[in-house]
Amino acid sequence: MKHVISALVRNQPGVLAHIAGMFAARGFNIDSLVVGRTEEADLSRMTIVVLGDESVLEQVRKQLGKIIPVVKIRDFSEVAYVERDLLLIKIHVPAEKRPEVTQLVNLFRGRVVDVARNSLMVELSGPEDKLEAFIDLLRPYGIRELARTGVIAMQRGQQAKNDAALQNSS
Amino acid sequence: MTKHRDRPEGNERFVGLSGAKVFHETLLDEGVDVLFGYPGGTVLPIFDVLYDSPIRFVHSRHEQGAAHMADGYARSTGRVGAVIATSGPGATNLVTGLATAYMDSVPMVAFTGQVKSNLIGNDAFQEADTTGVTRPITKHNFLVKRVENFSRTIREAFHIARTGRPGPVVVDIPVDVTVNTLQRVPEMELNLPGYKPRTIGHIRQIRAAAEAINAADRPLLYVGGGVIIANASAALRAVAQKGSLPATTTLLGLGAIDETSPLALKMLGMHGTATANFAVQDCDCLIAVGARFDDRVTGDVSTFAPNAKIVHIDIDPASISKNVKVDIPVVGDAGDILEKMLDFIESKDRSAWLKKIEGWKKEYPLKYETDGKIKPQEVIEKVAELTDHNAIVATGVGQHQMWAAQFYGWRRPRQIITSGGLGTMGYGCPAAIGAQVGNPGATVIDIDGDGSFSMTMVEVITAVQENLPVKFVVLDNEYLGMVRQWQEMFYGRRYSAVNHPCPDFAKVAEGFGARGIGVCERSDLSDAISEMLAHDGPVVLHAKVEPEENVFPMVPAGKGLHEMELGKLS
Ligand SMILES: Cc1ncc(C[n+]2csc(CCOP(=O)(O)OP(=O)(O)O)c2C)c(N)n1
Ligand SMILES: [Mg+2]
Repeated sequence: MKHVISALVRNQPGVLAHIAGMFAARGFNIDSLVVGRTEEADLSRMTIVVLGDESVLEQVRKQLGKIIPVVKIRDFSEVAYVERDLLLIKIHVPAEKRPEVTQLVNLFRGRVVDVARNSLMVELSGPEDKLEAFIDLLRPYGIRELARTGVIAMQRGQQAKNDAALQNSS
Repeated sequence: MTKHRDRPEGNERFVGLSGAKVFHETLLDEGVDVLFGYPGGTVLPIFDVLYDSPIRFVHSRHEQGAAHMADGYARSTGRVGAVIATSGPGATNLVTGLATAYMDSVPMVAFTGQVKSNLIGNDAFQEADTTGVTRPITKHNFLVKRVENFSRTIREAFHIARTGRPGPVVVDIPVDVTVNTLQRVPEMELNLPGYKPRTIGHIRQIRAAAEAINAADRPLLYVGGGVIIANASAALRAVAQKGSLPATTTLLGLGAIDETSPLALKMLGMHGTATANFAVQDCDCLIAVGARFDDRVTGDVSTFAPNAKIVHIDIDPASISKNVKVDIPVVGDAGDILEKMLDFIESKDRSAWLKKIEGWKKEYPLKYETDGKIKPQEVIEKVAELTDHNAIVATGVGQHQMWAAQFYGWRRPRQIITSGGLGTMGYGCPAAIGAQVGNPGATVIDIDGDGSFSMTMVEVITAVQENLPVKFVVLDNEYLGMVRQWQEMFYGRRYSAVNHPCPDFAKVAEGFGARGIGVCERSDLSDAISEMLAHDGPVVLHAKVEPEENVFPMVPAGKGLHEMELGKLS
């Protein structure tokens, strides 16, 4: 099972190493780990996608809590939340197939960000399953290069932006 | 902890001081009265300040020794142990000591020198990535960046080391930080927004736990080192007494309950008593207090305490349901929780259960045969008798450690000083020295093995130099006995790399300037121990004991507690 956990951490040297080291030492499986700034200058947010059952998730949460620069932990398993992953993908596309692929990109509300003679680079954001569906459809054309940021997440609520707004800003 | 008086107060006093002096002032503020360690290049400015300091400096012969001394000091007194070493090799030599303290939740602060800030990362002379190396084996670590943060960082280190589930903290100090002068009043408020250890137990959980205990016919307390750390032995004994709750302890929990009490079942686990292990398998409610269901305690977890509802009291939420699914968790300080729980515990007639336990005790006592050579167990029993079960006892790791745990007869908390979680051979000698520093009037004994003692016996020189009357009892079976026992039992007696020639430890001791006594005949044993105890100074007693004695009971690795082998006991 996949779980999304986010940790608010103090911006201190070694925090990332500490958290990554703890995951490695305890044999936890990470699918992705994203670090970025937050609204507060001396805090960063780490969003971690962990693989494992409920008891693994509980240990992950508790072990994260023991790391001193970790200020707050949020576990998204029981709340409504929005998750986003950002994809850049370069596909082999000869000129004659461009319209076909562009149509697919539009269908997924992605954006073509670079066009070359035999390839297209596309940007797409969304929940993981959407990205994966998109990638699967592109596979037959030939994927040249693919990069993903990993998941970030935020709980839904009054302050949270709605889906459409998020789409526009991405 | 002695407060050093007649010093100016307020943070203005730090202005104009060098970093080294800031360090010293802050240590005095923290009540540090002794620092263990070893000098070197990057800590020269600090050692210059220590030259005429009221803080006692105990100069070991190896940084590992200094770390174990700080650890022994901390375990025996409950205060934070402090140790200092230079950068590079000094810091890496501390590693075993830090890992040992971390596994057993010992409050310690280790200061390490570091190369100049602007050289960090350049492979400078004696540079090591100390915070990187020590991160997984410390509760936390700091690299001090500027003299302005130095004092606060030290205060944070002591705070983290001693609160919550205690543990070692490293403060890595680039040499320029100790040389630079503090120009303005420093920030002193602790800045640890993510650190809020939960100490007060949830009253609803406490009540639920008490109800489960009250409802049980065959409850059993399983007491770990957390009870000692929390100074909760009195509260534990009161709860046990009121509820007629029998209690077994882990290696680190020994002394939490007086073993002369009819409620005491002694140690459980791999080398626990048959009574304790049978009681675990038979109980209908197991109350773990400050214990963490270590594999040396549980054996095969899937068969551990199969009939029991499990209550777990612990300060570390991560210990709950880590190895064994817990029915009623209570997170918080053991002392606080047990005191509150006392009100809810009902006095109940549990004579049937206690009688069953009494039966096991009669049928399966710890015992050994006293034929042939001196038995290691009888040395320990003799030492116990002649010290009135009242000494502070450190140990190495191996068979002798298990026999000490089984046969000393523990009376009070902070009496046994032993490496449980990491199982660090070589711990005993320096840890005993640290314990003696912290308890100047006490009888401190190191019950050691020939192998373990050989690893760190150089610290006997430190005992001589510091005038510390520690008694080192070396149980020489001419083997790495515990490993030999496994090879005997599970590898068809193929004794591989366990038989080693030992020096005459008494002569080595004399060479170091201590008193050395040798004993190999049973008839001389009592006199030799008395002579050792009567001598006002450090003594090494080299006792030649039966080489192939085994520790029983023994739960073979991976087996359940009920599958223990009783050896000659049965
Ligand atoms: C530093 C370290 N190295 C290796 C071991 C593995 N080990 C555990 S017990 C033991 C033998 C200890 O021998 P000794 O100190 O003579 O004690 P005995 O078992 O003979 O009483 C060894 C090698 C260890 N625990 N610690
Ligand atoms: Mg030995």
